[in-house]
Amino acid sequence: MTNLAIQANGLVKTFGNNRAVDGVDLKIPTGSICGVLGPNGAGKTTTINMLATLSKPDAGSAKIFGYDVMKETQKVRQLIGLTGQFASIDETLTAMENLMIFGRLHGYSRKDAKRKANELLEEFALTEAANKALSQFSGGMRRRLDLAASLLSNPPLIFLDEPTTGLDPRTRTQMWSTIRNLVKNGSTVMLTTQYLDEADQLADSIVVIDKGRVVANDTPDGLKKSVGETSLQITVKSADSVLDAAQIIERILKTKVQISESSELTAPMNNTNKLTDILTALKEVGITLTNVNLRQPTLDEVFFALTGNTEVKEEN
Amino acid sequence: MNNALALDKNIAITPASERELKNRVSVWTAIQNTFTFAHRTLLKSIRNPESFMDVTIMPIMFTLVFTFLFGGSVSGSIANYLPIIIPGILIQTLMTSCGAVGVQMREDMDKSITNRFKSMPIARVAPLAGALLADILRFIVAGIVIFTMGAVMGYKPEAGILAVVASILFMTLIAWGLSWMFTFTALSVRSSTAASTTGMLIMFPLCFMSNAFVPSDALPSALRFFAEHINPVSKAVAAVRQILSDGTVGTDFWMAIVSVIVLLIIFVPLTLKVYTKKG
Repeated sequence: MTNLAIQANGLVKTFGNNRAVDGVDLKIPTGSICGVLGPNGAGKTTTINMLATLSKPDAGSAKIFGYDVMKETQKVRQLIGLTGQFASIDETLTAMENLMIFGRLHGYSRKDAKRKANELLEEFALTEAANKALSQFSGGMRRRLDLAASLLSNPPLIFLDEPTTGLDPRTRTQMWSTIRNLVKNGSTVMLTTQYLDEADQLADSIVVIDKGRVVANDTPDGLKKSVGETSLQITVKSADSVLDAAQIIERILKTKVQISESSELTAPMNNTNKLTDILTALKEVGITLTNVNLRQPTLDEVFFALTGNTEVKEEN
Repeated sequence: MNNALALDKNIAITPASERELKNRVSVWTAIQNTFTFAHRTLLKSIRNPESFMDVTIMPIMFTLVFTFLFGGSVSGSIANYLPIIIPGILIQTLMTSCGAVGVQMREDMDKSITNRFKSMPIARVAPLAGALLADILRFIVAGIVIFTMGAVMGYKPEAGILAVVASILFMTLIAWGLSWMFTFTALSVRSSTAASTTGMLIMFPLCFMSNAFVPSDALPSALRFFAEHINPVSKAVAAVRQILSDGTVGTDFWMAIVSVIVLLIIFVPLTLKVYTKKG
């Protein structure tokens, strides 16, 4: 029991007629990184908000390190750090002032708050910018300060809501190494992301959420395996025959085929030997191919196979 | 960036099971939190000096305009009008400032920083209490500006400087009581724009349907009844005039105090309720 950082049973949150979160169960062990993956509006942030005591679930229950989020709210708040989707720091104040205020609110004395703030500013390479107003900060610097503010109390559980959205690739890689280090020091991290490679890179376990429901919960490798060892990619020469080709592949593999905008067909494959059948069948009806490719499936394809929707692809 | 984000110093995290946790925020913590939020509000206003305009430039402008515009017709001369207008300007300025706090709170609630505060182990009421505490300083600034302006224009209260200090403190208390009413309505409406409008809607009738700018016997009978018997602003203004002229407190003073206590009894619980529910 107590080695679970997060345990949620049947969490529900409704806004009007919309069941934003519709019966989410979670079990996240202490010391791991859990990636919550889903398109916009899937219910990721609403789930985090309930776990971080910002909003009350309409049904279900959740425990953080064994403490009930509804009954032992203040205890839970002493154990978590939250970095929201939008920077939650004061724009008009300096980095140092922001950290001092949050530090004081966490119960540090003025001296300790200052020491802790200096430590964090150094660790996040913000020392030089300590006394600058936030309006002069870059997006990456804001994110770092935001994360630093969440770490003031050395919380054993950290929620990161889309921590790298809008960051350039270099800053994103740095954020990843920061997150890995948090876990090395003994924290548990739950992060939401729309980026499938981010979940793949960081997470020990991935929870896929779609329309308020958990559609899969597994390790990154397990998820990929569950939808096929390999992924088949075929490009046909004539765009007119794309749908015919898709039908043939669906008949042989008994699975859905994803068609990209560039008329590329992608399908998960459990049995590589079926490739011969597909190629023969396509040849019989006279469809010419320009490219055939077999590779490990991406989480993008996993997501498609699990939810049957291409929303993620379309958005990107 | 020299491996900047690597958190090289390994801070071992104390596991949850080894931490001593309390499920209640102590009164002492709540008070400390409130002072931290008051400090935050003040820091923010210093960074944004325009936020002091409503307690500095506005009352100076109003004193000049009202005195020169109405001084002659209401009291015969500017010198005779100043003892009437200065307490009036004081209450009007403080009430405008009360409205601004409500709007500020409403804006803060819509920002994502509120989410961070809500996820922290602090007293829920602290952000609100802190902002209202910081407000007291603004009220005092307004009081000093207005009496200085009055002195520049030739107003010397008969009861002397101590009466001026007492008047500022008394008006600060009254305004602080009224500010809960403004904050409640600001938090109850949907947007900060609406909050700003409702603030004006409360301020205008209370200030102008009173004895603040004209003697109430100049008003039509229905308005006069409201101004003389119901409006707490009239009581407060009359009390301040008495303090400044004779250095004494009378019925109006106590009536104003009682009205404020009644307002606090009604609006503190309502404000806290809407604040914890929405915030």
